[in-house]
Amino acid sequence: MNLTRQRFAHPLDVKNGCIELSHGGGGRAMAQLIEELFLAAFDNDWLRAQDDCARLPACGGRLVMATDSHVVSPLFFPGGDIGCLSVHGTINDVAMSGAQPLYLAATFILEEGFPLADLKKIVDSMAQAARRAGVSIVTGDTKVVERGKGDGVFITTTGVGVIPPGVEISASRAKPGDVILISGALGDHGMAVLSQRENLSFDSPIVSDTAALHELVAVMIQATPGIHCLRDPTRGGLGSALNEIAQQSGVGMRLREAAIPVHEPVRALCEFLGLDPLYVANEGKLLAICPAELAETVRATLRGHPLGQEAAIIGEVVEDPHGFVEMETTFGGRRLVDWLSGEQLPRIC
Amino acid sequence: MKYIDEFRDGQVAQGLATRIRQEVEPGRDYALMEFCGGHTHAICRYGIEDLLPDQVRLIHGPGCPVCVLPSGRLQSAIDLVEREQIILCSYGDLLRVPGAHGDTLLRAKARGANVQMVYSISDALDIARAQPDRHVVFFAIGFETTTPPTAVAILQARREGLHNFSVYCNHVLTPPALRAILTDQRSLAEAGSGKQDHGTLHGCIGPAHVSTIIGSEPYQFVAAEHRHPLVIAGFEPLDVLQAILLLIRQINAGEAKVENEYTRAVTPEGNRKAQRLMAEVFLLRPGFEWRGLGELPDSALAIRPEFAEWDAERRFVIPAIQAADHKACACAEVLRGIKRPQDCKVFGIACTPDHPLGSCMVSAEGACAAHYHYGRFRQAAV
Repeated sequence: MNLTRQRFAHPLDVKNGCIELSHGGGGRAMAQLIEELFLAAFDNDWLRAQDDCARLPACGGRLVMATDSHVVSPLFFPGGDIGCLSVHGTINDVAMSGAQPLYLAATFILEEGFPLADLKKIVDSMAQAARRAGVSIVTGDTKVVERGKGDGVFITTTGVGVIPPGVEISASRAKPGDVILISGALGDHGMAVLSQRENLSFDSPIVSDTAALHELVAVMIQATPGIHCLRDPTRGGLGSALNEIAQQSGVGMRLREAAIPVHEPVRALCEFLGLDPLYVANEGKLLAICPAELAETVRATLRGHPLGQEAAIIGEVVEDPHGFVEMETTFGGRRLVDWLSGEQLPRIC
Repeated sequence: MKYIDEFRDGQVAQGLATRIRQEVEPGRDYALMEFCGGHTHAICRYGIEDLLPDQVRLIHGPGCPVCVLPSGRLQSAIDLVEREQIILCSYGDLLRVPGAHGDTLLRAKARGANVQMVYSISDALDIARAQPDRHVVFFAIGFETTTPPTAVAILQARREGLHNFSVYCNHVLTPPALRAILTDQRSLAEAGSGKQDHGTLHGCIGPAHVSTIIGSEPYQFVAAEHRHPLVIAGFEPLDVLQAILLLIRQINAGEAKVENEYTRAVTPEGNRKAQRLMAEVFLLRPGFEWRGLGELPDSALAIRPEFAEWDAERRFVIPAIQAADHKACACAEVLRGIKRPQDCKVFGIACTPDHPLGSCMVSAEGACAAHYHYGRFRQAAV
């Protein structure tokens, strides 16, 4: 006998139904949504216990915790959707410390009227991304806001991981003489999302690079434990990420524009819209800073992994009291790669 | 990218830079003004100054549409969108430009005004078609390049009988501004009152996109009346370098001619169809205030009375506002080419792209923003 059917008179109408205020009300409707949609997709012992928290086993080593909210518009874009993005985004934030991500918590803010079919697609995409990454979604929360007070769905994920012994990776560790690498071409995610915006709707072959990077990080650390910094250049792109590291480490940077990989369609769309690929978001790329003598090994390790095949050495860290990130242009001159100012592309992740 | 990478080739650039170094005459100063913000951006973005000998000095001109819009006109737009229940469509750059008392369209939007960023005027037409119960005003700015599309949109609105659409027209003309700059520079040079090394101009890099519309003929006064060479150049970095070489050759030869480096897009007579469209929809305003340049006669366009229905200034009461720029802001001098961005006391201190006090710090084509984003490390090194 099916116990679920006994508790709820009718199954959730995933095909034609939509989110109602009662789905966030704490009553039977919410219990049904959690059970038939979230639990069915994320299924694990912690969720099945249906407590308000997850009891996790103690694990040796330093814990890492990171949280990330996702408000991307549109919710579905070439190469991904808000669901897998919310899993990858937080896994990557945890992984950039060198940690192995273990658990995720997920919070959904749903707008009244949001189609359950779309929610199911998003939740299934999250479940698939988490399963592929070997990470469990162990606890969560659901809130519903009135129609017009949200924009479909916002997802916040929080991740916990453990740093292996001997690994010291931080944005404050870049040193003059270090080499800067990027794991692949810039701007795919931002331009994939932008190309789908209502007021643009370009036909373009650009696909988001959204991916979980922790396995790539694990391989890198194994080959070269002496890596100083890792960062995933998401919102604000490579330019902003390098400025953050330069400030935190009290150093300057010198880049070579010709060495920075950017796919041709991204370059073309950026050119058309007057955007600089250096500031466009990525969701499956990392930048690494390591001592010069390790640079070739790091590049070879990156290139040996499916997510790092276009890896390149793009510059070096220098002493600079001003903390400037400068770039030798393809034209032979120099320019600053400044912090991004304002919002180049709102709601990109 | 085909047809683009060819004009950004670093090796060709080195060859041109070598020729420039060979041809500059010892002891001679070459002060060249690029009129357009598009050139300013290319110069800073590609680091073109690094390829030039010290004798060649580039002076940024006023050709940035966002920069020359006076704060009073901007404040009028902020007041309009907050007072009337309209949708105001604007290009992104304008949203951050300070109006009176530092207010911006972006802040008005945050307060609840319906301000929408669009990429072109056709997006504004689409919004008007989709929301027939709301009135949509397009905040039109720009030189001759963006004027023909505005004309087309107004004609289109008339053809469709689109009555919930109008244009707040702030289109301005290039030749009067160039004339004002050159007259100003000459009087500064004659009075010897320019700052050190300033107020002396030897040549101009002429507009790229504007010239595709108006052609090369309207610049003849630069050579005839002011005895300055002018070379029309495209916005790609090799175009700029080539124009600099051509200017140096004219200066060395004591010539003052209008030359066209941008022959792939610019003809002497320009785009006649675009000119006809402009003439059909617009007429000259007797005078118009420019930020930095003051009131210039015959320098801006208004919508003809027969298109009054699509003219926001006739559909709504838009009182003229005289708003003073921030006291410490040197945008006026920067726009006239008599101060460099870094000569402004508040540059990079109180005035940054995140908190602009003046318009030149807003648009990517603004001299201050371009220098701040791409070139300020040079100052730090001194």
